[in-house]
Amino acid sequence: MTALAATTLAPGRADAAPVVLAEPLSFCGGLDAVTGRVIDRWHPQHGLFIAGGILVMESGRGSSGGGPVLAEAIRLGVAPLGIVLMRPDPILTVGALVAGQLYGRHCPIVLAEARDWPRITMAKRLVLDAEADVARIELFDA
Amino acid sequence: MAVSLTTQDRAMLDGAHGPAAQLAMRVLLPVAKSVGADGLIDIEQAHAGSCIYLGQANLDFAEHLVSLGGRVRVPTTLNVGTMDMIHPELFNGPDEIRAGGTRLMKAHEELGCVPTFTCAPYLTIYRPRFGAQIAWSESNAASFANSVIGARTERYGDFVDMCCAMTGRAPYYGLHVTENRRARVVFEIESLPPEWAAADLACVAIGHIAGKRCGNTVPAIVGLPSAATEDDLKALGATAASSGAVGMFHVVSRTPEAPSLDAALQGEAPEETVHVTADDLRATVRNLSTAADGSPLTAVCLGTPHFSIGEFSRLVPLIGDTRLTSEMYVNTSRSTLEQLDARGWTRQLEAAGVTLVIDTCTYVTTVMRDMSGTMMTNSGKWAYYAPGNLNVDVAFGSLADCVASARAGRVARRA
Repeated sequence: MTALAATTLAPGRADAAPVVLAEPLSFCGGLDAVTGRVIDRWHPQHGLFIAGGILVMESGRGSSGGGPVLAEAIRLGVAPLGIVLMRPDPILTVGALVAGQLYGRHCPIVLAEARDWPRITMAKRLVLDAEADVARIELFDA
Repeated sequence: MAVSLTTQDRAMLDGAHGPAAQLAMRVLLPVAKSVGADGLIDIEQAHAGSCIYLGQANLDFAEHLVSLGGRVRVPTTLNVGTMDMIHPELFNGPDEIRAGGTRLMKAHEELGCVPTFTCAPYLTIYRPRFGAQIAWSESNAASFANSVIGARTERYGDFVDMCCAMTGRAPYYGLHVTENRRARVVFEIESLPPEWAAADLACVAIGHIAGKRCGNTVPAIVGLPSAATEDDLKALGATAASSGAVGMFHVVSRTPEAPSLDAALQGEAPEETVHVTADDLRATVRNLSTAADGSPLTAVCLGTPHFSIGEFSRLVPLIGDTRLTSEMYVNTSRSTLEQLDARGWTRQLEAAGVTLVIDTCTYVTTVMRDMSGTMMTNSGKWAYYAPGNLNVDVAFGSLADCVASARAGRVARRA
């Protein structure tokens, strides 16, 4: 196990396998908040089921309705259990914050260092602890 | 790094301005912190994008603010909603979405927002001034405000926009700050397809290329056809904000912060210069289509972003008096509809078989009568999102080709 320091964008804890996206995904128009599948036909992972994993993508993208889509997916239990980004994304962050306020369900979002990115994307399992300002990402090989 | 608060910010956070402003501040501060802002700034206006019913969550948020007695603190325009409130009979989706969407739009009015219901608030009397600090949602609107007007906003998402509106404050970061408005990537258009008479296709194509290449960095475009209209720049920005996350672009010798390339670069060297040829532009336009020429055409969808009065003045003579074979939908705003009514164009377009869609957009809601087969559009944004949102095949073409195809009942493009 390796532990990395990261920055908390939205608080919470998660423990799951990473779902690594090859390209940034716009949640608005790109994610079905009812099924938890990628529906952006132009995305190389079109059809991928992202619920229950920890989403790992470099940055957010596209139209600004992504926050409510994430909040709705969290409400329905088909959101990723956590999100790791390399660039801050206020659209996804606020979706997670509002879902936390309205429903008490937390989807932690953490900002990782660019130098840690290869190790994060290679890990078999991630544990996110984003209760404090400095988050912790634990990487497991199995 | 902590976000530093003014006395007023702290009072709001402590509830001195009511529980709705307090909740908004509670959400806004972690967002400000997450983007590295060290403080908040006053905003002159907001544009809220949270009127599209994307599920129970955004209605729950708006209802919660209403129940707390919330009221916006700055003039706040509203983005498109789920319903065409002028023609509610057009909606043919599920009752749950009709009810939720209608309530969501009304809830925002109850919070004191202006019922513009348009993704092009820059076409209304609420167009901001050069240099104004604003908090705009809707990626194309933010891009237009920054790029074409020179107002200053980040690309705010739903929820954050309302938190800014409820507090009159925004995180001071990103495109609010002069140095971040500097172009970092230069796109040099070296040649244009000679068969493209107007600038519309070139603007969509370069927008798509810049979006794909830039992510959220600021591009400067050199060599855009001088015939490009403000409507073409609107299409460029909307496309770049869809294929990428471009919140601001410069068109050298055209947009207000780019009187020269050096000004757009703020005197620094570009990180990258991309050379774009006529073949690149043609290939980009070709790849925006999933349907081939000659495909039977179900409908043409125009007005993403909302059609301006200038775009209608090009469309009306192209259509003339003949009745179209395929259906045609044009999205626009209430304020533009008033101008259409005044010119007698509403009746003329409807007689030709055109359906005017107000307050909403054909790619975010279900108003089209037949959703099977191929749809055609001149919007790079619509072409990008419709296959995923609507599960349709898309043919992309110029406005003239869209009209010719609607008349023929099949996809017919000259270029």
